Amino acid sequence: MSKETGHSDHIPGTTVFTGQRSAKGLQLNKFAYSLRLAENRAAFEADPETYMNNYKLSDWEKQKIVEKDVKALIEEGGGSIYMLIKLGGVTGEGLASMGAQQRGESVEEFMKTRNVPLKQNT
Amino acid sequence: MGKIVAGIGSSHIPSIGNAYDQNDQSPEWQPCWEGYKPAKAFLKEKGVTHAIVIYNDHGTDFFYDKCPTFAMGAADEYPIGDEGWGVRDLPPVKGDADFSWHLANSLIMDSEFDLTVCQEMVMDHGLLVPLPLLFDHDPEWTVKTVPLHINVLQHPLPTPNRIWKLGHALRKAVESYPEDARVAVVGTGGLSHQLNGTRFGHTNEGWDEEFLDKIEDDPEALIDIPHDIWMERGGAESVEMMMWLGMRGALTPDVNKIHRSYYMPMLTGMAVTVMEDAKAA
Ligand SMILES: [Fe+2]
Repeated sequence: MSKETGHSDHIPGTTVFTGQRSAKGLQLNKFAYSLRLAENRAAFEADPETYMNNYKLSDWEKQKIVEKDVKALIEEGGGSIYMLIKLGGVTGEGLASMGAQQRGESVEEFMKTRNVPLKQNT
Repeated sequence: MGKIVAGIGSSHIPSIGNAYDQNDQSPEWQPCWEGYKPAKAFLKEKGVTHAIVIYNDHGTDFFYDKCPTFAMGAADEYPIGDEGWGVRDLPPVKGDADFSWHLANSLIMDSEFDLTVCQEMVMDHGLLVPLPLLFDHDPEWTVKTVPLHINVLQHPLPTPNRIWKLGHALRKAVESYPEDARVAVVGTGGLSHQLNGTRFGHTNEGWDEEFLDKIEDDPEALIDIPHDIWMERGGAESVEMMMWLGMRGALTPDVNKIHRSYYMPMLTGMAVTVMEDAKAA
């Protein structure tokens, strides 16, 4: 078990959300969690930079959020997919596109791997 | 007297809630809707008055700053949460604070299952996806609900064995309730899915079917499976399947199998099982 992640991470392509990662991503996840509320979504949309600064996000975190780099936010930033998904309430981005980005595919490519491609905005 | 009459297992995939709200009757949703019809009919036939719903909050009310491993609602009403896309058009979930406090007393004092008791709790899709598919709710809910949250997001998670034992403790608590209550226990979550990493989209239909078999016939075969194995088989986020053991542990060892359906459209296995408690037949 790694001291840094609190997990052996033996499943390839998988980032287990451990306490250590949760500690690292606390501000990032707190920011994303805040977007569950309509007034916060409006404030973020109106002035993203100020809103992110209010959550004391680092330049790296802010950059990855703007780039929609969910993969980096989860693997390196301690991001929790269940909180990051709430960014989609502002950007309109759904789970399938966050998944495709993590897999290094386009949404169209990803959808071809599915049995029944349901509407993808959740 | 309190009596457990039924156990329900159900996925709580958010897209089911969306499709339900939009009354999406397209062919790709029919297997899902068909799966719930016998479940709803059976609960009505059995005269269920109360539902104990074992689910996990996904950042609606709880956050990682304070993250209870087990938390139960004790209120007469629970508001519908906004998870980031607006509040669903559902009436506030009806609770029964007296029943909840009885359960809390029994769980904590009789079974030493000392969970967090919440007098205010905002409802999450973990509970709100299955509930409208199982019980009438227009203009208001016909069932009184006890929300029971388990942390399955931030490791360390409770073990499946602990969740199984929670089921036993719930049975003891329900059966010691002096008032009349006909209770369904609902275990939610899963089935196989993974939402993080390059393994995003991992599913495992064979394992899902095996899990559904074992939940009905041999649940104890599931209680010693380590988290790593759940994640390996069903995907990192499929650990929430463990919550079905809380439901199954509340039932008699043998159950009457009433209904089961399974559908794997896109990201997550959608399942519904209905079991009748042998003592309620
Ligand atoms: Fe879930």
